[in-house]
Amino acid sequence: MTDMMSETGLLKETPQTTEAVGGMGYSVKRKEDPRFIRGQGEYIDDLVLPGMLWLDIVRSPYAHATIKGIDASEALKIPGVLAVITGADLEKAGLHWMPTLAGDKQMVLPTDTVMYQAQEVAAVVATSRYIAADGVAAVLVDYEPLPVIVDPFKSLEPDAFVLRPDRGPDKANNHIWHWESGDRAGTDTAMEAAEVRVSEDIYIPRIHVASIETCGCIADWNATRGQMTLHMTSQAPHAIRTVLALVSGLPEQNIRVKTHDIGGGFGGKVPVYPGYVLAVVASLTVGKPVKWIEDRSENLQADSFARDYHIHAELGATKAGKITALKVKTVADHGYTDAAADPSKFPAGLFNVITGSYDFDNAFVEVDGVYTNKPPGGVAYRCSFRVTEAVHAIERMVDILAHDIGKDPARLRMENFIQPDQFPYKTPTGWSYDSGDYPRALQKALDMIGYDDLRKEQLEKRAKGELMGIGISSFTEIVGAGPSHDFDILGIKMFDSCEIRVHPTGKVLARIGVQTQGQGHETTFAQIIAEELGFPVADIKIEYGDTDTAPYGLGTYASRSTPVAGAATAIAARKIRDKSRKIAAHLLEASEDDLEWTNGKFSVKGSPDKSKTIQEIAFAAYTNHPAGMEAGLEAVDYYDPPNLTCPFGSYICVVDIDRGTGQVTVRRFVAVDDCGNIINPMIVDGQIHGGLTMGFAPSLYEEISYDELGNNLAGTFMDYLLPTAVETPAWETGKTVTPSPHHPIGAKGVGESATVGAPPAINNAVVDALWHLGVRNIDIPLTPQKIWAILNEKGVTA
Amino acid sequence: MIPAQFDYVRPAAMHEALQILVDREGDAKILAGGYSLLPLLKLRLASPALLVDIRDIDGLDEIVETTDGLRIGSRSTHRSILENPVVVAGYPLLSDAAGGIGDPQVRNWGTIGGSCAHADPSSDWPAVLIATSASIVLRSTAGERTVPARSFFLDTFQTAIEPTELLTEVIIPRAPRPSGAAYAKLERRAGDFSTVGVAAQLSLGADGRIAAAGIGLTAVAEAPFAATAAEASLIGSEPNEAAFQAAGIAAAAESRPGSDSHGPAEYKRAMVKEMVVRALRSAAGRAQAQR
Repeated sequence: MTDMMSETGLLKETPQTTEAVGGMGYSVKRKEDPRFIRGQGEYIDDLVLPGMLWLDIVRSPYAHATIKGIDASEALKIPGVLAVITGADLEKAGLHWMPTLAGDKQMVLPTDTVMYQAQEVAAVVATSRYIAADGVAAVLVDYEPLPVIVDPFKSLEPDAFVLRPDRGPDKANNHIWHWESGDRAGTDTAMEAAEVRVSEDIYIPRIHVASIETCGCIADWNATRGQMTLHMTSQAPHAIRTVLALVSGLPEQNIRVKTHDIGGGFGGKVPVYPGYVLAVVASLTVGKPVKWIEDRSENLQADSFARDYHIHAELGATKAGKITALKVKTVADHGYTDAAADPSKFPAGLFNVITGSYDFDNAFVEVDGVYTNKPPGGVAYRCSFRVTEAVHAIERMVDILAHDIGKDPARLRMENFIQPDQFPYKTPTGWSYDSGDYPRALQKALDMIGYDDLRKEQLEKRAKGELMGIGISSFTEIVGAGPSHDFDILGIKMFDSCEIRVHPTGKVLARIGVQTQGQGHETTFAQIIAEELGFPVADIKIEYGDTDTAPYGLGTYASRSTPVAGAATAIAARKIRDKSRKIAAHLLEASEDDLEWTNGKFSVKGSPDKSKTIQEIAFAAYTNHPAGMEAGLEAVDYYDPPNLTCPFGSYICVVDIDRGTGQVTVRRFVAVDDCGNIINPMIVDGQIHGGLTMGFAPSLYEEISYDELGNNLAGTFMDYLLPTAVETPAWETGKTVTPSPHHPIGAKGVGESATVGAPPAINNAVVDALWHLGVRNIDIPLTPQKIWAILNEKGVTA
Repeated sequence: MIPAQFDYVRPAAMHEALQILVDREGDAKILAGGYSLLPLLKLRLASPALLVDIRDIDGLDEIVETTDGLRIGSRSTHRSILENPVVVAGYPLLSDAAGGIGDPQVRNWGTIGGSCAHADPSSDWPAVLIATSASIVLRSTAGERTVPARSFFLDTFQTAIEPTELLTEVIIPRAPRPSGAAYAKLERRAGDFSTVGVAAQLSLGADGRIAAAGIGLTAVAEAPFAATAAEASLIGSEPNEAAFQAAGIAAAAESRPGSDSHGPAEYKRAMVKEMVVRALRSAAGRAQAQR
């Protein structure tokens, strides 16, 4: 008998295992933390290999220019500078362009034109990091500036300079693609019929994840063995191995990608950057290991960015506030190439989840991708399958509707929510939400923050001229890519995997296809196995990030580890339990059907003293297995999820605005999250705290902007403002639990929920504070100078 | 972020350091905490041939109160000033300013002398020294001279220090009682360089009116400067809101801010007014407490 899916979707609000086992629901301390808090993590830049060389990159000061010549002669005179690699060198091997994950192409090094400021122009290989930098300073590049386009709307004008002539004469414009979803005609009709219509232009600016660890690698080519080892900061090592095999022609079994510890990814370590390719080319050329590590400014100026969405949204409703239609037209600024990491079928990611938490029939969404003279955009910032942009737009629009018709924003949401009995819920743009209870989450948030009292306080303050606002965001996330019928990257389906080996002494080694960048996989995946098999978490070792040993997987991003690899882990464990049942039946001389599984052991029904623990069974698998059965106790699962998972939540933010300076202070922030069954409450809380902070940051501080010459105005931490602990609010978190009905352990992803849900709550609060002055919208970041300019215009500065 | 090659010396005594400055005039740069200099080196915006590390020279990190006022050795770190008992007891303006510089790591390493010698128009100490009419002591092999803070800061990253001179201490005169001083800093986030910084000091006469006023402004001109028109407007006034507002308006008019990522010039000028008013309110409150 098999029961691999029998427990799918069960509600687990309390732990089912003992604390010593430490299965789901226990805040087990993170197994990875002892090495991190003792400074013994091992990052790429900690590695020094024998004979290793260093690579540094010459970058363009111009956002758009013709390269008239590169003179490396002075650089090559510096003792220790071994080589200077240019686009012309790469062109001889056909490596000057490379494919992007989105099916576009990207320069490794330019042969004639640079397309953004800080683009790679040449690479210097030297015997030390310092000499490499001296070499970079000595390379002379002769540029002739070209017209710069930083505004995607100007880029779409018919007479705009064509930025990508390499696309051929039939694509002599800067339009990359058009994508649409939903029913245009039906939505137009419903919008026409709507009693109330509100529309707004919302810009979600370009931002950068700014992980503590920048990107880098060591390419180590061993010519004798024909082996390429790539030590690399990658969230998706297997995908990198396959892409490298396809691009380089090296046999895939002779490529090993190894990630080591990673100091933050957030999606920024999914793509292939030119520096990786240059290190590989350099190592292949000189036959020695070559290290390339970005510095902070390179990371902030050249790596892939997120957002940069110009959204025009229109919402139709009845006079009473029942939403009837949503129409959205968006221009997506992708920079000079589309290097987004979306699944192949989704050039705008999952942006059509924009109907959000609300029940209505008519929606139409269209997006146009556009080239500009900026580095690649649209990659990631702890969610860049465009759910952040979608949630921001719908939550802003719902708030504007509420204010316009004079209805409390909480009440308007309650009256429009998809109700718990409507799940699985099919959205007008085609998604199927697995489960949810939106009214419960919002009510809990309202109760936690004391909403009614705050509204009274706001009225009193307003009468005194003080500016206070309350903002709500009731978001629906959609994570866990994804089902193979819809989701692939470069053709590779987005399954994920786990391989479990139980050793004779009852200890476990499990390897997973996903890659931790701080999420705590070594702990939570062990807890899943503990839950399913009863081995204590301490007896389970989790490995990942070495393509020579880990099973194939698409990596960690888009909150997919638990929804996909977590499911694979539970199913692989259940395969082991199935075999264990057979072994137990053999040991107990009972029929399999007469055995029951409780607390890590099989016992004979009605005779609980006749039992075998999982550890005894494991020993027997190697010492006393039944005739006709293979020895050993191992299983592998490659999990193809039947659907995505939809975590959700309701956030409420209270802000005070300093009328003298325009400064916004977040006074309180309540976050109620529902991510289904919880594996480790402490880690989920940590994810939510971090995610909230990364939602707070672009709401008030972070923005990558460019002047008209394409100069990055936030290329260092002096101007790209990460908030500190001083500004960051004391988060107040709460939860509800609504299991995913299709996931083996009823869990959903959670890594990005808070980053997605927080910005509109803050944005709504600030607009709420100023609505009585005639303010309808302010785009993030809500900087003091932006707010002060509005106060000044309205004549209400202190 | 990798500096060009440089030589490094660490003289054991003052006279050695001063002789090196003569021998290597124009090539040598003093290294104290390094929190201004090292970023310039790493960005290759500066490439001095020689760094002269003054950490081993005795007597440069003392903070003592004398009849002249408070003498602060140039190698005193922001933190040592913040935590000094004399400062805590009697110089709240210094505490305000020191506590707002950077983060703990910056305050542990950065020094008041380094900050003044570097003369970034956004750094906080210069405005404090201007508001208090402090003096800056410079020494060379030829001897010692004292320069008023109000004529020390010449332009962005430019001061009255000659290449052969070492900044050894600053002297903050004791203000007559009752007086009060405060630093009001508008920053985008904790520890950031000022968008606008205002150091204000008020002394009250026997009649309770303002007898003396000092206002130094940070980050709103090519160099820190004294808002002299604002100071003049306060003399003889009651320390009240109307006087503070008038001083704020005068200081805004004296400012010459540029537009940058901290905000447009118009915003910064308005913030000068706002922060002058806030600094004066706080200074006046502290002065009243001494009456």
